[in-house]
Amino acid sequence: MKPISIIWLAIAWMSSGWVAAVESGPVQPFETDRFAVAPSEIDRLAFAAMREAGVEPALPCSDEVFLRRVHLDVAGRIPTLAETRAFLRDPSKDRRSRLIDRLLESDDHVDYWTMHWCDVLRVKSEFPINLWPDAVQAYHRWIREQVAANRPYDEMATEMLTASGSNFRDPAVNFYRAVPGKGPEPIAAAVALTFMGCRIEHWPQPIRTEFGKIFARLAFKPTAEWKEEIVCPDPACFDALDVRLPDHHVIHVAPGEDGRVPFAAWLIAQPRFAEAGANRVWAWVFGRGIVHEPDDLRPENPAAIPGLLEHLGQAFAADGYDSRKLLRRILHSRLYQLSSIPRSESSRVAELFAAYPVRRLEAEVLLDTLCDLTGTREGYMSPIPEPFTHVPPSARSVRLADGSITSPFLEMFGRSSRDSGHILERNNQVSDAQMLYLLNSTELQNRLARSPKLRALTRGKGSRKADQVVEAVYLSLLSRRPTHRESVAALGDRAATRAPAPPPPQQLEDLVWALVNSKEFLHRH
Amino acid sequence: MNPDFGNLTRRRMLVRGAFGTAGLMLGGHPLLGKSTAPAVAPAASAAPARAVIQIWMWGGPSHLDSFDPKPDAGRDYCGPYTSPIATRADGVRICEKLPLLAEQARHFSLIRSMTHGINAHETASYAVQTGHPPGRLLWPSLGALVSLFKGYDHGYKDLIPPYVVLTSPQGRFSECGFLGPAHKPFATGGDPNRERFEVEGIVSSRITDERQKQRRKLLGELDTFGRALPGDPALRHKEQCEEKAYELILGEARELFDLSTESPEVRDSYGRSTFGQSCLMARRLVERGVPYVTINYKGWDTHKQHFQTMDRNLPEMDAGLATLISDLESRGLLDSTIIWWGGEFGRTPKIQWEPPWNGGRGHFGACFSALLAGGGFRGGQVVGASDSTGSEVADRPVYPNELLGSILERMGIDPEGPLPNPLGEDLKVMPAGIDGFPRGDGRLREIM
Repeated sequence: MKPISIIWLAIAWMSSGWVAAVESGPVQPFETDRFAVAPSEIDRLAFAAMREAGVEPALPCSDEVFLRRVHLDVAGRIPTLAETRAFLRDPSKDRRSRLIDRLLESDDHVDYWTMHWCDVLRVKSEFPINLWPDAVQAYHRWIREQVAANRPYDEMATEMLTASGSNFRDPAVNFYRAVPGKGPEPIAAAVALTFMGCRIEHWPQPIRTEFGKIFARLAFKPTAEWKEEIVCPDPACFDALDVRLPDHHVIHVAPGEDGRVPFAAWLIAQPRFAEAGANRVWAWVFGRGIVHEPDDLRPENPAAIPGLLEHLGQAFAADGYDSRKLLRRILHSRLYQLSSIPRSESSRVAELFAAYPVRRLEAEVLLDTLCDLTGTREGYMSPIPEPFTHVPPSARSVRLADGSITSPFLEMFGRSSRDSGHILERNNQVSDAQMLYLLNSTELQNRLARSPKLRALTRGKGSRKADQVVEAVYLSLLSRRPTHRESVAALGDRAATRAPAPPPPQQLEDLVWALVNSKEFLHRH
Repeated sequence: MNPDFGNLTRRRMLVRGAFGTAGLMLGGHPLLGKSTAPAVAPAASAAPARAVIQIWMWGGPSHLDSFDPKPDAGRDYCGPYTSPIATRADGVRICEKLPLLAEQARHFSLIRSMTHGINAHETASYAVQTGHPPGRLLWPSLGALVSLFKGYDHGYKDLIPPYVVLTSPQGRFSECGFLGPAHKPFATGGDPNRERFEVEGIVSSRITDERQKQRRKLLGELDTFGRALPGDPALRHKEQCEEKAYELILGEARELFDLSTESPEVRDSYGRSTFGQSCLMARRLVERGVPYVTINYKGWDTHKQHFQTMDRNLPEMDAGLATLISDLESRGLLDSTIIWWGGEFGRTPKIQWEPPWNGGRGHFGACFSALLAGGGFRGGQVVGASDSTGSEVADRPVYPNELLGSILERMGIDPEGPLPNPLGEDLKVMPAGIDGFPRGDGRLREIM
């Protein structure tokens, strides 16, 4: 790595004139000086684009950073104290690979990925989706089963696009019910957004209307059961139909045929289908797509790294649309394992993924993390009076099926509204109100002060020394050991770090409070 | 040289050029690409209003048992409320449980012909507060529009956010709609009727100022990660939010929420209830310059035990709302403050005596009432009329977009002006003609 850094320095000096690194070693405790994985095709394409743009990539991230990052990105949680200690003790060369594999097979991954899908597929009881609780449960369970079984993406898409039947008994039809508004155009918008990565708003009205014809023949028939609906092709529409798609391909629908079937077959044969799917998975990992935003694919919005999306799309299709294989491919890249500390001041760092993008934890992930750390529970509320949906006290918010079951915390931290499936419906930006809550709310103060878990840290076997307690707090919250400077700051003075007694409860509470409010805790990095 | 230099612990140091500008980009609206000047209505006869207090009658209050009594319709319609009372406004009678409001009737006008025909809470809540029937787009509520046009992008400077909800948000729909979370309301939490109104995050009972300051120092000392990434825009933004939060936590703004500075007589006159004290809090917020305050007033979805509930709730509402009007008036704030009272719909005029309701009223979107006071709206008037039983609009139907458009116009925001939006679509703020709602005049000219 060293010689490459020097070459980069030289290029940086010559090309843009600003002064780059004075010294270029890794920043402790966030970086390391060598990669843990071999370069892949992703790396070849991405690093070539960076070279082309004169952007120096970040250094590889440290084991501590990788451990926390991959837990958050794959399983939607931070590692436990025991997991952190075990990983940091593991001397084997392939520890990162084995961790990736273990997490991809975990239930937490299934829950977290299901949550991502439920945002896109608009799983919500109330306005404007109005699926209502029974259908939400059926739809959510179906989605979770697809993720758990790692169902090939093309099959999952085809099943949703061509589904007919009761929304309670054939859960995939809820794709057609979970749209805001009635009529073919909202459905067309949802299909374009979900499976083509396109915003129909960019299409001229005549094209929107024409595209909607495929779905104009769907009938929605209520039953005697509350909020049950049968979705099926309208049996009264027999005529043949030609529909011109946005790319001018014409779909011929034979008399009596369900036009959605030839459409779905056409759609999954398009390279764009695999690319849009791969781009979304990429965006779930990195927080931004190779094409950004990931649901805004169009010629005027090209990818910053040429060839990368094509490569991933082809690989995704060649692997039989195996989403976990795609994820594994991404997570094993050197690009994914870069540190988040940029080594270039170029404005193109983000779009070239020249440093891992820093962003706030999602509402559900942050809430679950706080609950886990403090041993507390969240109370949820729902505006729907009946039928009552029971949320067991042990439920993690990542697992909530229904976007209408919520809490003030989840709303404040920008959980997806699931109103249209639009990527921007989730907001991971810090706000003033969030900082008020984190810095000073009675609710959070009480969680920290009354936490049995935090109190247990000071007890353990025998009496803990002050520096051991601080180390345990750091490993629990930040998945790393404190630096010497941090230990001193936390304990007041140098002598205190060697004190035989645990720090007083108030000092411990203040330390935990400070770490919860730290940038490092609140952001994935 | 960069002042951060002294704090850099890492060995690699960057000499920074124009670092920091990326952080500033996050200061504006995260979704709006371009900033557009507010649409300002042509100068009206009166000066524009400066604030709206929205009293949201959550659940849908009965119009017959509040501002549109039908004493001649018989027991099946009016139940025990058979003798409405005269008010200070000529010829206007209201429910006998509202004597204090009757005294204030010259200051408010009633709309007795509100309609949208929607009988489901979530859809009706959306329609009444956004002015739009459900469709492909998710429109912002009136409060979010005021936040957009009168908030931080247009000269509002206060630390208290421009759109405040007392005390909890509704959860029925996203108030901000497609405008995005920057225009979500700030919900106070807490209860203003308690000994201490603990506004979540601003007023804390456990942590002293001294400890607060020590903690802040510790937070800075432990910011190892922040020092490694001094130029990251997301982290910069977090710092800015933190600074603003501390100004609220340690500054004078929190005194605003200390209701103990009001005299016991004033507090009593508003009523010692969560609603009454919320009205008092709303007055203090408006006095300070907050342009939009919503009081989410629960308890009006009276399917069962309707009259027992009304016997309990109406006096509480009467005291809070009447005192709010008179207090604003005596402080010279009523001319610049619009009070809008109303829910998502009314309730079935015909009482459901049969089980399981046993004297309840259901949802009713065909005809209901709303109240407007202050802000340049004429008082003592009645707009429109319902039929003899309150079952249908008899005269001058008023759709939600007309009501909201009128409030916007009084706030100096042109309802026909462009609405900047992150979708990049060509949209108007609150046009007179909206798909699904018939095209009317678009404004309540009778009282403007």
